Amino acid sequence: METLLNDFSPGLFIVQTILLLGLIFLLVKFAWKPILTSLNEREEGIQNALDAAENAKKEMENLNADNERLLKEARAERETMLKEAREMKDKIISDATEEANAKAGKLIEQAQAAIETEKKAAMAELKTHVASLSIDIAEKVVKGELSDKKKQLALVDSMIGDATLN
Amino acid sequence: MKIAQKSIKTYLFALLALLSLTLQAKEPANSHDAGEVDTKEEVKDYIVHHLKDSHDFHLFSYTSDGQRKHVGFPLPVIVWSSEGLVTFMSSEFHHDDNGHVIVEKGGLKFTKIHSKIYELEEGAAEVAFDADHHATNAHKVLDLSITKSVFGVLLVGLLMFLGFSSLAKQYKKKQVPTGFGRVLEPLVLYVRDEIARPNIGEKHYRRFTGYLLTVFFFIWILNLLGLTPLGFNVTGQLAVTACLAIFTLIIYTASGNKDYWGHVLWMPGVPVFVKPVLAIIELAGHFLIKPFSLLVRLFANISAGHIVVMSLIAIMFTLKSELTVVGATGLSLVLSFFITLIEVLVAFLQAYIFTMLSALFIGMAVEEHDHH
Amino acid sequence: MTVPNLVGAGLIVIGAGIGLGKIGGSAMEGIARQPEATGKIQTAMIIIAALLEGLAFGALFLGN
Repeated sequence: METLLNDFSPGLFIVQTILLLGLIFLLVKFAWKPILTSLNEREEGIQNALDAAENAKKEMENLNADNERLLKEARAERETMLKEAREMKDKIISDATEEANAKAGKLIEQAQAAIETEKKAAMAELKTHVASLSIDIAEKVVKGELSDKKKQLALVDSMIGDATLN
Repeated sequence: MKIAQKSIKTYLFALLALLSLTLQAKEPANSHDAGEVDTKEEVKDYIVHHLKDSHDFHLFSYTSDGQRKHVGFPLPVIVWSSEGLVTFMSSEFHHDDNGHVIVEKGGLKFTKIHSKIYELEEGAAEVAFDADHHATNAHKVLDLSITKSVFGVLLVGLLMFLGFSSLAKQYKKKQVPTGFGRVLEPLVLYVRDEIARPNIGEKHYRRFTGYLLTVFFFIWILNLLGLTPLGFNVTGQLAVTACLAIFTLIIYTASGNKDYWGHVLWMPGVPVFVKPVLAIIELAGHFLIKPFSLLVRLFANISAGHIVVMSLIAIMFTLKSELTVVGATGLSLVLSFFITLIEVLVAFLQAYIFTMLSALFIGMAVEEHDHH
Repeated sequence: MTVPNLVGAGLIVIGAGIGLGKIGGSAMEGIARQPEATGKIQTAMIIIAALLEGLAFGALFLGN
């Protein structure tokens, strides 16, 4: 301790204090301030650039998401449109079929009705025709039968015979 | 600009080399510091002498034609004597360190004993010593000389200023430095991001970064310079480390906020009768223990490092008879090589610890408590 | 240096050695347990070691 205190040089202490003060002053003014300022600026610049890149990336992502959304919407719209069209087509077809069926049924009915009436008319005509024909035949037969006595008698006999059976 | 700076550096270096080569002083071989260093006592004296500051820049000595020759250059002596400021060159002491050579300047007599300048009392023609080898008719003067340590400080200051101002200039031109600036920039960032910012806190660290950077590089470069054969031992001077520690003390005293002083002087949350005791302890911690631990740690580590390295180198002489010349030299080289590697690490570690503890103390002083 | 001085210095070194060993050992354990906190543990370790070292050096110089 004693030797140490003996070695302590107050002069060196004073000179060192002055020199260190000067050194700190000079270095702070001419070195550390400019260095630290530019380092800070550089770091801020890098940070800003990074932030900008991040922002751009985010925007890009947003844009992509937008595009995706739009695409999805478009696809959905197309889908619905196609679906609607298909439904409409089906409806039209089924409507047409139904109508056609109905029309056809009606036509067939009409035709049948017409055929029926025609048939009835034809039958009636036929009947009258047959009746008149049979009357004509009967007249001729009767005329021929009744022209002979014998035959008239035979007829009467058969008729009487039938009457007895009844 | 860069070329100009380079040429300045080359020029400085050349000047130094030239100075050291041309200024050879021829001295008659005298009993004490002339002979080769051989015995253990001489080695010890040599180491003790090296650890002290010296008034001339001595590189090496050799003997030729029976004369002891010293290679180096003298440094100016500036002393504040009883008659005011006196200056002369240290070469006037003719490498004497025992009070034998007396320099007369302006009617005053000066002599140098164990690296200290003494002023002789009036009428004394020669230094008289008492039994403990203390001068009886001379007293120490305030020694403001450009000693070897001051020279080292100036050299490092110049190097730091050139290096870092050129780095600062590089940023004006472009964002990324080139050349040596690429080495310096990460170091600056390291101090800022690993020492200043985490210990002081995001809010205040900017104010103190300049001081911390200066101190860090100052200590580190001086520590490394101490490991070169130039023989600087600046950070192993108590005056230098005391100065650094007192700077830190002043800074954290001046920047202490109300909260901090509240905690020091009237610790909240403890019984009233304990408060004065704690205040005394805290004040002692603030004004004595913290700076004392800073200054002693740096001084002791660097001094111890120098002693160990020099002792291991001295194995070459001290164990010569036991191990033969080759064995002693080999052992000495191997051991001192590895211890020097460790010292390179210690040089950085001590600069780091000094700066970090300074930052920590400043951080404690400016910390804002929000809990009460 | 007298004999009591040397013994005192030895005692100081023993004490400081034990202290440093404990600090280093605990720090190692802490790092092994939480490798992600290595930086913080190291910083704290260095601070405490530095304080201990300051104490030991102070004692050495006062005794010397």
